[in-house]
Amino acid sequence: MSTLTLTVNDAKRTVECEPHTLLVELLREHLRLTGTHVGCDTSQCGACTVSVNGRSIKSCTMLALECEGASITTIEGLAKGNQFHPMQAAFHQHHGLQCGFCTSGMVMAACELVAKNPNPTEQEVRHGLEGNLCRCTGYHNIVKAVLSAADVMRGGK
Amino acid sequence: MTSQGIGASVLRKEDRRFLLGKGQYTDDIVLPDQTYAVFVRSPYAHAKVKKLDASAARAAAGVLAVLTYADVAADGLGGIPTGWAVKNKDGSPMVEPPHPALTEHVRHVGDAVAMVIATSHTAARAASSLVEVDYDVLPAAARLADAIKSGAPQVWPEAKGNVCFDWHLGDPAATDAAFVNAAHVVEIDVVNQRLAPNAMEPRAANGHYDNANDYYTLYTTSQNPHLTRLLLAAFTLKVPEHKLRVVAPDVGGGFGSKIFHYAEELLVLWASRRVGRPVKWTSDRSEAFLTDAHGRDHISHATLALDSNGLFLGLRVHTYANLGAYLSTFAPAVPTYLYATLLSGPYHIPAIYAEVKAMFTNTVAVDAYRGAGRPEASYLLERLVEKASRQTTIDRIELRRRNLIKPEQFPYQTAVALQYDTGNFQATLDMAIERIDYQNFATRRAGSAARGKLRGLGISTYIEACGIAPSALVGALGARAGLYEAANVRVHPTGSVTVFTGTHSHGQGHETTFAQLISERLGVSTDQVEVVHGDTARIPFGMGTYGSRSAAVGGSAIVKALDKIVDKGKKIAAHLLEARVEDLEFKDGTYRVIGTDRVKAFGEIAFAAYVPHNYPIETVEPGLDESAFYDPKNFTFPGGTHFVEVEVDPETGVVEVLDVAIADDVGVIINPMIVDGQAHGGLAQGIGQALLEEAVYDAEGQMTTGTYMNYCMPRASDLPMFKVGNHVTACTHNPLGVKGVGETGAIGVPAAVINAVLDALAPLGVTDISMPATPEKVWRAIQAAKGATS
Repeated sequence: MSTLTLTVNDAKRTVECEPHTLLVELLREHLRLTGTHVGCDTSQCGACTVSVNGRSIKSCTMLALECEGASITTIEGLAKGNQFHPMQAAFHQHHGLQCGFCTSGMVMAACELVAKNPNPTEQEVRHGLEGNLCRCTGYHNIVKAVLSAADVMRGGK
Repeated sequence: MTSQGIGASVLRKEDRRFLLGKGQYTDDIVLPDQTYAVFVRSPYAHAKVKKLDASAARAAAGVLAVLTYADVAADGLGGIPTGWAVKNKDGSPMVEPPHPALTEHVRHVGDAVAMVIATSHTAARAASSLVEVDYDVLPAAARLADAIKSGAPQVWPEAKGNVCFDWHLGDPAATDAAFVNAAHVVEIDVVNQRLAPNAMEPRAANGHYDNANDYYTLYTTSQNPHLTRLLLAAFTLKVPEHKLRVVAPDVGGGFGSKIFHYAEELLVLWASRRVGRPVKWTSDRSEAFLTDAHGRDHISHATLALDSNGLFLGLRVHTYANLGAYLSTFAPAVPTYLYATLLSGPYHIPAIYAEVKAMFTNTVAVDAYRGAGRPEASYLLERLVEKASRQTTIDRIELRRRNLIKPEQFPYQTAVALQYDTGNFQATLDMAIERIDYQNFATRRAGSAARGKLRGLGISTYIEACGIAPSALVGALGARAGLYEAANVRVHPTGSVTVFTGTHSHGQGHETTFAQLISERLGVSTDQVEVVHGDTARIPFGMGTYGSRSAAVGGSAIVKALDKIVDKGKKIAAHLLEARVEDLEFKDGTYRVIGTDRVKAFGEIAFAAYVPHNYPIETVEPGLDESAFYDPKNFTFPGGTHFVEVEVDPETGVVEVLDVAIADDVGVIINPMIVDGQAHGGLAQGIGQALLEEAVYDAEGQMTTGTYMNYCMPRASDLPMFKVGNHVTACTHNPLGVKGVGETGAIGVPAAVINAVLDALAPLGVTDISMPATPEKVWRAIQAAKGATS
């Protein structure tokens, strides 16, 4: 067992874990933050995407111990109290989710996409979300939601 | 309508918990004293276990038990049953082989021989690799094309030639006669390739046996928890329903793959009884590819007879359908009653004869996947009609117009057993023509040509049958269950409402759509409505969600229960208003003495029902809580036209989907936003089938597309925005007029994509391409055509 200290959703956490523990296992099993999902075993689906020090990371590709001292935001940490993050609000407004399983990873990836590119085109959104699979929506409303959230986050309408 | 009633795009009530990361999927549930199961699965497609040694695994750290096929047999667990019996042409029963939950004689890669239960998933996984299994490897018939050959290895000794059943539908003599006078005969061979459903949430099951109360609880990724409980009670676990609770909590997509009762559901419950602690199994994606039921996998030959005006005279179809090694829950129904019955499509075809030979192979089971039989029928027919257009030189739109069933022909009896109640195929065709901007296609094609690209436009006019199904009808056809739906509407004393439904939402948005039905009828806000599904301890016995049935069948059950609520409320209101029941009307949430201002709001009636101080207690019971079952009178028949426009790069074979424009008729629409979303998702899966996806087994039965590195899922960058639209004709036989939208995209669009690719390649002389039309396949077809003409 190793001891790990990190910040998760603005709270400092100290956790004991095995060296082989993946970040996604730390989040889901040790911290019981089950909003981050596992949809594959080859780092293809993106359901486990979280933010590590401001970068969106597939948490199945990272060992927990690599996160010593890191600041991590998961889907549970995105809203401010009762107030949706603009990306969450846009997914709701534009019906950007159906079964909800890919949604947390999709929202986290979209947040970084817009942070890096505040005014993306439709094609840039589509390419930016290539690492996240959704089987329900055909991506149509996800793309609409991300474009709309980008507008809001730029301080537009 | 109220502002939140039928026809309103109410935003979804269920979104909040998902967007906050607070959904509760099966794997998220950790019970006190939780243990974890990992299965030991066969690496061979066909083998017998010579020796299984679990001693090292049993001694490993954290291991509580290793259970094997011998334990399953010793404890008398039942085999996994199929829910549908199909008869051979001669009336004899199909071959129905046994399906033990763990087996000594494995028949596909991934077939399980043992399960390891340990205190952590890591320990269970580590110990599973210590279970030593020596196999005697047997010859395998893995691919459908191989399994049908004479002399092919036998999957089951009792199924000669690997045939499960040899079935037919239609009138062979009338069909033969139709071909005698045909001016044109068009033939086609098509393969509808095998697909893996790939709901993003892998399957999972968490079983808990409560020894003190002799009570079993199963959390599982199911589209129909009551069906799972029924099969556990009657066939596999063999304990009565009142000792068994099945919960399907939030479920991350199903697309058919989570309808079926899987062995793991039985095994975690049984293992929990054995080890005295709850046992959880969660599939990883690689395991999902090997063990989730797959879809499609047909090889067909079809012939269409036309007269000199291009009118269809007769259709002959012969199909081989792959069922895999075992018969899954609905498997026999898919290539028969959900396929051949749809071979008339939206067309008047006077004579049809279809033969289906269903085959066993050494692969995982094949069962319903989004569309289930209907995409196979639609694809075959629309490829055939397209070929007929080219062969007869009758324009593709014109040929369809001449043969589409006309609005005045409804109800229309097909030559393959169905009676279509209503539709307007001309209207959806015209609407789609406009939306794709058909008349300017030649200009767009020239523009592509100027850039060295080949542009093509493809069309598919389709129909499907959903709202499954009239119980007596499906019973006569071999179904071993009824297919009605149940609802309970409970009005609370302060006027809020809980709806308990036997259907299950795994992305479809029932918590919103069904709340809209309550809002429409009772005038209460959707915020005042709770929709409960997925827990057999709470909901009435219903058959779940598949075959686009939830609104048509489940919604109709809710309407029936609402009728009872409104009628009972009327009696209470009549008492309070001192009027006769027949003098009252109920509208917008208010009971009114007709033509007066004497009214009682629905909330007042609800309160009176639970606080019956001034109440017609002699004739009306207190409370406002009504249940209903609804058994549909017929299937419903959504249909429409799908157009796809593609551009092919002749240098690379890459196909880009530029435009998708569809016009559907899914009946009355409750929530347009959700209906459009269902269409989008179906289109993505249909385009995925046409261009990207294929579940491939090699000749030895190893799956070569067993991860997302080699099974090509549609990604955001593969798809365009979709232009979707509807022309509504109301279903004539259910109270809502709804038909169903869950599968339309996946059914209609694959043929439109392939017809578009062939349209693009036609100038080069390419006449056939199979799904998925990958760049390699397209490039090879172009090279072959060049070779043939040079």
